[in-house]
Amino acid sequence: MKRVVIGAVSLAGTAAAIARWLATRHRGTAPMKDPKAQRRWLAVTINCLPEDVAPEGRLPEPLAGLDAEVRIAKAPGDRGTELYARPRTPLPIGPSAIMAKLRGDDPRDMVMSALRQVKSLIETGEVLQPDMPSGAMRPAVPGSTRGKVVDMAAVRAAGERRL
Amino acid sequence: MKAVCWQGVNELTVERVPDPEIQNDQDAIVKVVATTTCGSDLHLLSGHIPEMHAGDVIGHEFLGEIVEVGSGVRRHRPGDRVVVCSVIGCGRCWSCRHDLWSLCENSNPKPGFTDMAWGGSTAGIFGYSHAMGGFRGSHAEFVRVPFADQGTFTVPDGVEDTSALFTSDAAPTGWMGADLGGVKPGDVVAVWGCGAVGQMAARAAMLLGAEQVISIDRFPERLAMTARHVGSEVIDYTTTDVPAELRERTGGRGPDVCIEAVGMEAHSVGPEQVYEQAKHQLGIGLDRPFAVREAVHACRTGGSVFILGVFAGMVDRFPLGAMMNKGLTVRGAQQNGHRYIPMLLDRVAKGELVTSHLATHMMSLDDAPRGYDMFKTKKDGCVRAVFRPDI
Ligand SMILES: NC(=O)c1ccc[n+]([C@@H]2O[C@H](COP(=O)([O-])OP(=O)(O)OC[C@H]3O[C@@H](n4cnc5c(N)ncnc54)[C@H](O)[C@@H]3O)[C@@H](O)[C@H]2O)c1
Ligand SMILES: [Zn+2]
Ligand SMILES: [Zn+2]
Repeated sequence: MKRVVIGAVSLAGTAAAIARWLATRHRGTAPMKDPKAQRRWLAVTINCLPEDVAPEGRLPEPLAGLDAEVRIAKAPGDRGTELYARPRTPLPIGPSAIMAKLRGDDPRDMVMSALRQVKSLIETGEVLQPDMPSGAMRPAVPGSTRGKVVDMAAVRAAGERRL
Repeated sequence: MKAVCWQGVNELTVERVPDPEIQNDQDAIVKVVATTTCGSDLHLLSGHIPEMHAGDVIGHEFLGEIVEVGSGVRRHRPGDRVVVCSVIGCGRCWSCRHDLWSLCENSNPKPGFTDMAWGGSTAGIFGYSHAMGGFRGSHAEFVRVPFADQGTFTVPDGVEDTSALFTSDAAPTGWMGADLGGVKPGDVVAVWGCGAVGQMAARAAMLLGAEQVISIDRFPERLAMTARHVGSEVIDYTTTDVPAELRERTGGRGPDVCIEAVGMEAHSVGPEQVYEQAKHQLGIGLDRPFAVREAVHACRTGGSVFILGVFAGMVDRFPLGAMMNKGLTVRGAQQNGHRYIPMLLDRVAKGELVTSHLATHMMSLDDAPRGYDMFKTKKDGCVRAVFRPDI
């Protein structure tokens, strides 16, 4: 089937959209990087009672299988229960940190993703799977790097809030 | 199956892709009967929404028949004729329980993108980029619908497909603008944009008791359609000073509630259009908030502005001074459809809400690229192009 161009062609492509998207991020007023970044607790708030998060003191999977410190607190008002965790293992640094991110085994990303799964399992009984890709991608325009940029970002899509 | 795929900025193709399958117990598979264009798709097409991948199936406003359900689906069975909410909600997280379905905390399997860009993640949406979960869209023969008990609504007998269709997205969006914008009996309401969303917002304002509703656009056929089918007053912004006209029509006060249904690709007759377009071409463009600016300026002191139009990133020159000093309430949201769809279907059935006129063009799925071209350029009075896989 031939390609159909809708309306007028614009010079700005998806690379520009990604640049604009990244520019949206909040830049803190403090001039330096967060000195506590590596040790901050990761957290989700679950719409349930504290005793439903760890019945008889047993942590739910997949969090139980990770080497992580965990704490549970009642959330204010009607917000449910706060579940906090952070990796106990030392975090990779330098190039191995980048490799861990790309492989998907960065310890903080794994903890964050486990927290989200626990929340979803408790609240809905399942972890929603993303759709399979349609597989209908047309060959990329020669010289375009847009596929690569997107794939790098996709690796982190379920991880922690940083890029 | 056949599906309409995004291939790049302003490029669509119709492709053969694998049929969707039940992937979670609470999924259903819906055979699409009718699926339509939405202004939000234009933002995807023009490359304003990031995280679109070549091959992604688009479309999110649709109606169909359930053909398969997972073992966890309780309220539906194969054969049900349903309208599907464009936003995916689990129904059990804190946000869903508070009727803020577009903020569902469990329906976006890729929350990292929105978390990073906005400091908080939002719900999954069909056919709406990987930032909103990467779910395949409805311009296809079949769609996988997660959390089917929450997101599919049986269409009452006697309601036509083309009327029920718009309760998936345009009608609940418009209703939300009027409802969360705080429209009360006796209010004066102005609505920017006479697309399907703006028309539905104007009608919702009337049904919520507004005494005077004024709709703003530039396309004569859209203005005429709104006057005729919605019954609101209209203003052509290309020949009128909108804030001045609104003040004159409202005893010098300005509208109590201003609803923006235009979005980040707003058009302007002023020099700002040239300036913003030049920036866009250079790849340094921001979202274009022309209608939002005008709404903030025109709104009465102490009034409220609701932003229904989709924005993705930053805007330039937002009138924060006017907002702060005039004591305005400014809100926005992706639609919380689950909260409104049953009520809207009821009103459609009773004839209180008319939607079928929005379907200006009916065509096959193969014709979708042509349909989008008409919709984008507003050719031949196109307000919504509806695709039927069975044609
Ligand atoms: N919040 C949500 O959940 C939600 C849902 C659906 C659509 N939307 C958004 O709502 C917006 C409208 O959607 P639609 O389907 O009606 O689109 P549409 O393209 O059919 O209509 C937009 C209308 O705005 C008019 N317009 C452009 N510039 C204007 C200006 N400066 N002043 C007044 N009118 C102006 C256009 O002429 C057009 O008629 C889009 O941004 C879309 O993404 C949001
Ligand atoms: Zn839409
Ligand atoms: Zn939810």
